[in-house]
Amino acid sequence: MTANVVNILMSGIFHAAILFLVSAGLQLVFGVQKIFNLACGSFYALGAYVGVSAVAAFTGAGGPPILFILPLALAGLAVGAVGLVVERGLLRFVYDRDETFQLLLTFALVLMMEDAIRLTWGTAPRSTSGHYLLYGQARILGAVIPVYNLIVIAASVAIAAGLGYMLTRTAFGRIIRAAADNREMAEALGVDMRGVYARVFTLGTALGTLGGALVIPATAAMSEMGVELIVEAFAVVVIGGLGSMRGALVGALVVGVLRSVAISVYPEIEMLLIYLIVIAVLLLRPRGLFGGAAA
Amino acid sequence: MKGRVVLGLALVALLVFPLALSPYRLLLMLPFMAYGVILLGLNLLFGYTGLVSFGHALFVGVGAYTGAFLTTRAGIRSLEVIVLAAAVLGALIAAPVGLLCVRYVKIYFGMLTLAFGMVFYTFLLKFYRLTGGDEGMPVLRPLLLGLNLDAMPKTSYLVGPYYYYCLGVLIVAAVVMWRIVQSPFGLCLRTIRDNPIKAEALGVSVTRYRWYAFVISAVFAAVGGALLGPPTGNVDPTLAYWTHSGSLVFMALLGGFASFFGPVLGAFVFIFLQDAVMSVVPYWRLVFGAILALIVIFAPGGLMGFFERPRPS
Repeated sequence: MTANVVNILMSGIFHAAILFLVSAGLQLVFGVQKIFNLACGSFYALGAYVGVSAVAAFTGAGGPPILFILPLALAGLAVGAVGLVVERGLLRFVYDRDETFQLLLTFALVLMMEDAIRLTWGTAPRSTSGHYLLYGQARILGAVIPVYNLIVIAASVAIAAGLGYMLTRTAFGRIIRAAADNREMAEALGVDMRGVYARVFTLGTALGTLGGALVIPATAAMSEMGVELIVEAFAVVVIGGLGSMRGALVGALVVGVLRSVAISVYPEIEMLLIYLIVIAVLLLRPRGLFGGAAA
Repeated sequence: MKGRVVLGLALVALLVFPLALSPYRLLLMLPFMAYGVILLGLNLLFGYTGLVSFGHALFVGVGAYTGAFLTTRAGIRSLEVIVLAAAVLGALIAAPVGLLCVRYVKIYFGMLTLAFGMVFYTFLLKFYRLTGGDEGMPVLRPLLLGLNLDAMPKTSYLVGPYYYYCLGVLIVAAVVMWRIVQSPFGLCLRTIRDNPIKAEALGVSVTRYRWYAFVISAVFAAVGGALLGPPTGNVDPTLAYWTHSGSLVFMALLGGFASFFGPVLGAFVFIFLQDAVMSVVPYWRLVFGAILALIVIFAPGGLMGFFERPRPS
């Protein structure tokens, strides 16, 4: 019984750790640039595929399989550079437009990236064969948990702490918060907003691609994983409140754990439950649990 | 004047197409006409009221599944009954959903509609005993005006009687929508879009009018959705998925949401261009994503933007 509960809980927290990374990217971009990036799920999918390829290349080149997490994480971070290309190449043209157009531009990205992934990696699911349990399994209160899951959870917590430190303690974080609060004022005080936007969007993208890369040993990469994840990330930010980092953390935990519980108790209501909560939150507290706070 | 000539020509072309076009192209005209009805409705919300729904596919799904249920489960195959039932059901679902959604605007409206759309999608997907799950449900060939045309070969039925039936529905939908947007009610919607505070001050109940627009547009979507089923003979949950909602908004933008017929033109171009692209490469999303990005950045007025002034007035 306890083993079962721990199992459900831990698999929920693992999912929450991944969700947090993607949602944190979404929140950062929304907080500063006021763009709701539908493509954050696509970045996640891209990270996953690049992660698979990186691990395959690493082991193919004779790298010790036990170190696979290094090329995985590095590839996930590196491919975040796509964000810079997207921001400079597309998004910067629509900053002063109605948000409908901004939303549709990110939807255009969703369409393009889905097929770009199919074009590059094919339509069959890709996975890293047999790396998932390389680090063994841990026994927690009778439940058997893959150590890899614990590593990802720890990494996600560390990243959350790092983001918190960056936002509250560093000069760049102060600029981000200022820009999120009042763009004109920040600009008038001498902040180069072009640079801030480029850096923020790249950081947001890298969080998404890293999330995608880290999930890969546990599941196979599929071309639809992006459009599926975005609705979950969307649920996270609605529950937590748009633009709030703390909200992303709490929202990810709520969505991740509830989904895991629903899957094991009553699979039919899996996502239904999440959307009903989203609707309830939007109706009762449209700004979310932590809305209104700066990035 | 010029607009009327073009419209007349388009109408004549639609009437004589079954005599001139190949069955293959005529089969593509069927989803176009269904989407035409859907987009006439969507644009009441998007172009005229200024609300962008990312969950409109919900009502398309409602209409399509109504047809599937009535033909396969209830033994009702009259298309008039199906369309009517789709319209009523669309309105019944849109009324409470809209009541909740129209309290918000902009991104929150979009998110709430997306969430409702996904609730319905998940329902279709997970309750497979009722809905057939991811395989969807079959749609039997409906009776047109009470006539049983089962003896006809499938293609002749679709490119003949069914084609004209859809055209009839599209024309009726266009006339009704035209009357709506030209009425004082339509004028109120545009006022709400351009200046909600002023509209409220002038005595227009902003949320109530938005709600009316939401329900009307949902009815159009459900009717169009009911027409989508019979040509393929099957409906599945992807009809209600959020990317389908996105495609609907895409069509409206492609044609130009600032003009009355722009979104219908957008549906036409979308469907035929998609077919043309897919006959060359399977990666239509790549091409369409690029087109959408170019339109957003360089031609926000869409195709009609090249001919008309922006914003319907």
